[in-house]
Amino acid sequence: MLQAITVLFLCQLAGEALVRFLRLPFPGPVLGMLLLAAILTVRGRAGPELETTTSVILRNLVLLYIPVSVGIIRQGANLSRYGLALGTAILVSTVLTLAVTALVFQFVARRRNPIPDPQISDPQISDRGAARSRGPNREATP
Amino acid sequence: MSAGLSSTWVYLSTSPLLWLTVTLLAYAAADWISIKAHRNPLASPVVIAVALVILLLEATGTDYETYFKGAQFVNFLLGPATVALGVPLWRNLRTVRSVLVPLGCALVAGGITAMVSAVGIAWLFGSPPEILATVAPKSVTTPIAMAIAETLGGIPSLAAILVLVTGIFGSIIVTPLMNLLRVSDPAARGFAAGLAAHGFGTARAFQVNEIAGTFAGIGMGLNGAFTAIVLSLLSAFFG
Repeated sequence: MLQAITVLFLCQLAGEALVRFLRLPFPGPVLGMLLLAAILTVRGRAGPELETTTSVILRNLVLLYIPVSVGIIRQGANLSRYGLALGTAILVSTVLTLAVTALVFQFVARRRNPIPDPQISDPQISDRGAARSRGPNREATP
Repeated sequence: MSAGLSSTWVYLSTSPLLWLTVTLLAYAAADWISIKAHRNPLASPVVIAVALVILLLEATGTDYETYFKGAQFVNFLLGPATVALGVPLWRNLRTVRSVLVPLGCALVAGGITAMVSAVGIAWLFGSPPEILATVAPKSVTTPIAMAIAETLGGIPSLAAILVLVTGIFGSIIVTPLMNLLRVSDPAARGFAAGLAAHGFGTARAFQVNEIAGTFAGIGMGLNGAFTAIVLSLLSAFFG
């Protein structure tokens, strides 16, 4: 547990130090995430400690959003002023993003592999088959 | 007695311990409510927990600064938790080597669509740069989106809310939209859900099927990294 947390802090520290040293407009923790993924790719395995610790953290990720999200109480002016703009942007952009991503993926995949896949030939993917609740908090991690 | 009570309250209300405990309790209560609502995306634990904390702050006349003095201990862990996302990213990347080309094409097309359309529409409405920087990472998972917004001069707390609304909306419309567009490949459907609607889309995809869920997790992880890289390059050139 402690060893895994130390690894996470070290990666974040390296990320924060690097973006400052190189003056990159890049979030330090995200660079830390890429560093960790790169280290694991080289090592080839994560080990049980890191696997367990990160899964506990990621299952409760929502807790960590609360402090900053409560800060929305001070965003009343921005929300009333730009609420319509932001709402429209989100609704339209989400539909466009879903459509473009799925269509490009399917188009390229079919061009490269024109043999019909058994999964592809079944358009009725069941909505109800899978269990609704799949362990704590999977749904709740935006 | 009442003097004792009020001096106790004066101590507690400014102590970091009280607001740290409140944050943890609000999370526990919100998680319980969410389970009772069968993890319906509309009963999002973040929304419930944030609403509970805000109600309590309003009822006790406590300002956000006082609250944050306690809550900052939880907030501090957001950095290492973002790093922890590297583990599922690495694990998922190993499983998708065979579909790397469609995946890469969809990532670039979808990731750019997400940023350009959101910023473009907000810009058409006359939003200032700080609002544009806040809406740009709206499809990305919350810790990454807040970090990006902060780096670009946006508003992290507003970014968190926009990410949430995107996730809820995306997870509700993804299945009907994919049926309408006749996208039947579960990998394509899942990847789109995770890329456009992060954790909410991923959870939704896992409800539909395992392949869709795995690809959603990949879409979420890759788009987080892709969006951070593209936006920081853009801000380096134009910022």
